[in-house]
Amino acid sequence: MSEEKHEPVPYRTFILTWVALLVLTVITVAVAQVDLGALNIWVALSVASCKSALVLLIFMHLKQETLLFKIGLLIMIVILAIFIGLTFTDVLYREVLP
Amino acid sequence: MSHEHRDDTGARFGMWLFLYTEVILFSGLFLLYGVAVTKYTDAYILASNKLNVWFGAVNTVVLLTSSLTIALAITAIQRNRIRTCINLCVVTIALAILFLINKYFEWSHEISLGIYPASETLLEMGPGVASFFNLYYFTAGLHGLHVLIGATLIGVVAVLVARGKVTSDRYVLLENSALYWHLVDLVWIFLFPLYYLII
Repeated sequence: MSEEKHEPVPYRTFILTWVALLVLTVITVAVAQVDLGALNIWVALSVASCKSALVLLIFMHLKQETLLFKIGLLIMIVILAIFIGLTFTDVLYREVLP
Repeated sequence: MSHEHRDDTGARFGMWLFLYTEVILFSGLFLLYGVAVTKYTDAYILASNKLNVWFGAVNTVVLLTSSLTIALAITAIQRNRIRTCINLCVVTIALAILFLINKYFEWSHEISLGIYPASETLLEMGPGVASFFNLYYFTAGLHGLHVLIGATLIGVVAVLVARGKVTSDRYVLLENSALYWHLVDLVWIFLFPLYYLII
């Protein structure tokens, strides 16, 4: 692996990211005050995913890292989706069985 | 001249690999939550309303800000602003302590209401509410432990920066501690809406 140095990310970029994260926090708290039924949880999870993306890409410097880091994260997310998804194929259809 | 073995990118990738295992660890708990919430939806909403949203919201802001300060600390060390870097590490640790103090007051309040694992109050509230609070205490507790570990790690790195062992030329230790700290933040980003905000 190469020993290339990353360019320092400007303070400004981090501060703007932080502001965006705070705005998303306000959104998620505000939406939770309104009863939207099952939609609430999906809005909450979508906002949380957006916040995670900001933290991963900017705070954790993933944007600057090589392809290896990005593929690594992608594989982890796919594995997560598989094990969560497969668990629910069991849990959600269990009542059908005696 | 001695030849030194050094691979900062490799060190960072190693940290990312470790963080994947941490994500899998917490995902197990979130999966349990997901399964239980489909089974005991009403009880989970009832139990979630017993948590104080403001404790959670304040702690969210505290953690997001601490993530900002540790990210800024990396830029500071890259620009050779050693003093700024140390100060930002100290602010991060102070915010971590603030988070834990907040958690102490929150849990003290809940325990005073008789809400803690295996309490009689919880047994009376039925299996759904009990499972919510058992999972809540376990997940938030494990997360709190990570806050403690992360803050300690940043403290050690701050001392090494002060002693000139971590410099603008080699700061992978600071980067890896920061990565760990951001993971703590990421877990909270999901924990907060799932436990405090479901209605």
